[in-house]
Amino acid sequence: MHTLAAFFASIPFDQILIQTVNGIVTGMILALVASGLTLIFGIMDVVNFAHGELFMLGAYIGVIVIAATGSFWLALVVSSLTIAILGAALQIVALRPLIGRDPLTTILATFGMSLVLQNFALWQFGPTARRIGEPITANFQLFYLTYPWYRLLIAVLSAAIIGGFWLFLKYGKYGVWIRATTQDRVMAQAMGIPVPLVYTGVFAIGAAMAAASGVLFAPLSGVYHTMGLDWVLRAFIVVVVGGMGNLLGSVAAAIFISLLEAYASLWVSPAQAVIVSFVVLIVTLLVRPTGLFVPTPK
Amino acid sequence: MSAAEQVAAAEHLVAVEGLHTYYGKSHILDGVSLNVGRGEVVALIGRNGVGKSTTLKSIMGLVPATAGTVVLDGTPITNLPPHKIARLGIGYVPEDRRIFRALTVMENLRTGLDRHGVTDERKRALLDKGFTFFPRLAERRSQAGGTLSGGEQQMLAIARAMMLEPKIILLDEPTEGLMPRMVSQISQIIEVLHKEGVAILLVEQNVPLTLASSQRVYFMEKGAIRHHCMASDLDVHHPLIKQYLGV
Repeated sequence: MHTLAAFFASIPFDQILIQTVNGIVTGMILALVASGLTLIFGIMDVVNFAHGELFMLGAYIGVIVIAATGSFWLALVVSSLTIAILGAALQIVALRPLIGRDPLTTILATFGMSLVLQNFALWQFGPTARRIGEPITANFQLFYLTYPWYRLLIAVLSAAIIGGFWLFLKYGKYGVWIRATTQDRVMAQAMGIPVPLVYTGVFAIGAAMAAASGVLFAPLSGVYHTMGLDWVLRAFIVVVVGGMGNLLGSVAAAIFISLLEAYASLWVSPAQAVIVSFVVLIVTLLVRPTGLFVPTPK
Repeated sequence: MSAAEQVAAAEHLVAVEGLHTYYGKSHILDGVSLNVGRGEVVALIGRNGVGKSTTLKSIMGLVPATAGTVVLDGTPITNLPPHKIARLGIGYVPEDRRIFRALTVMENLRTGLDRHGVTDERKRALLDKGFTFFPRLAERRSQAGGTLSGGEQQMLAIARAMMLEPKIILLDEPTEGLMPRMVSQISQIIEVLHKEGVAILLVEQNVPLTLASSQRVYFMEKGAIRHHCMASDLDVHHPLIKQYLGV
């Protein structure tokens, strides 16, 4: 009895709770990044290596709009719209001509875009990180920590964006088009759905989601030209673990992996905690290569 | 001029002329020419692998034609994107039905309904018509397409094509793998569509059904049309049937 009591007393419940909150906050941002990625993959089999750069450019446009207007929320909207247009343009110019070719060509194309966009940012904005202030500076007390409300707001906003998009997929006219095209693009065309237009639209939506997450996360990390790399790597892990092309699977996987990393960093340094996501990735690939969060294929 | 040639020479809804199609290096269609009149049911028969399905896919723009022309109602549609062809008035019911399995019955129908310029009343009227044709689908409207039986999926595939208000439906092996009771229902559906004035280009292995449902028959072999006659000139034991189907 005595040892059991000592064991329970030794569990740092307060730290676990804090890490749960941290895990959910990063998990939701990651889910927003990964949603765009999985959506683009699911519908057109394109692995978008430029996704992290759309995230980064989104954050930079946020910096510019805030500098000009002072409004964080306006920056969020303007950045999402601008990057959506950029995404649509990139899809039309670089990816549409590759439809029907070897998937490897699209990987090279998006990888090329990623290099160009990253170096464009370096050239335009320089190597020094920019800062964005948090739009809400209030804090609350979480045990011994002063925890910023803004972090919780990020989680809520990300959830709202993903939820809104899910409702659109489920009930919107174009949502049905997107789902039909994801399932069977040939039959979708035969039903009169303009599939090339759906591709462009989906790429634009995915890009806008990346930009929104870039702006939301910018106050926590600062804005610099390689900020997308770290996120896109983790987002790829999430997309594979959640089941390629599966939106809700990606959300679940993002939260799952972020929570695991957050708990792991109670005992090891945060840099080492990243190992956890790779372990999850490898185990997933070994045990259930179609993804942890998808029903077993029949 | 034979009776079939006289019919064929009349006004065409769909006219296919010298269509050539390749899959990679294999030459699948070797100059297919056929036509379908307004509201006419025309059958395309032949053994497996002679290019019947490919003919339908080429008309639909799903398989690119390397030579030849397809004209719909006076408009050349050769190698247009399939979605444009669909909206110009060709419904396609593929061999394997290709229901959107994760979409509900209603959503499957909506893929053909949510077109530009279709009013809400028109949509409702089309849905009502579909559900009157296929009461089973009305019962299962919120069920996922993948959970339907084979026969129900076939009904859904036809109903879905009807939502496009097509001038012609390309119907590929509609009775394949269905129970006998369903087969007779399919032949009734073809009859109803015919009465509604919808033309049908029918690919079908069931000879009695084909002869009963269609007005004209094209015989296909090795990627080309070899023979062409009125369905009323044929019966199940006709030598042509034996020659081209080997039954």
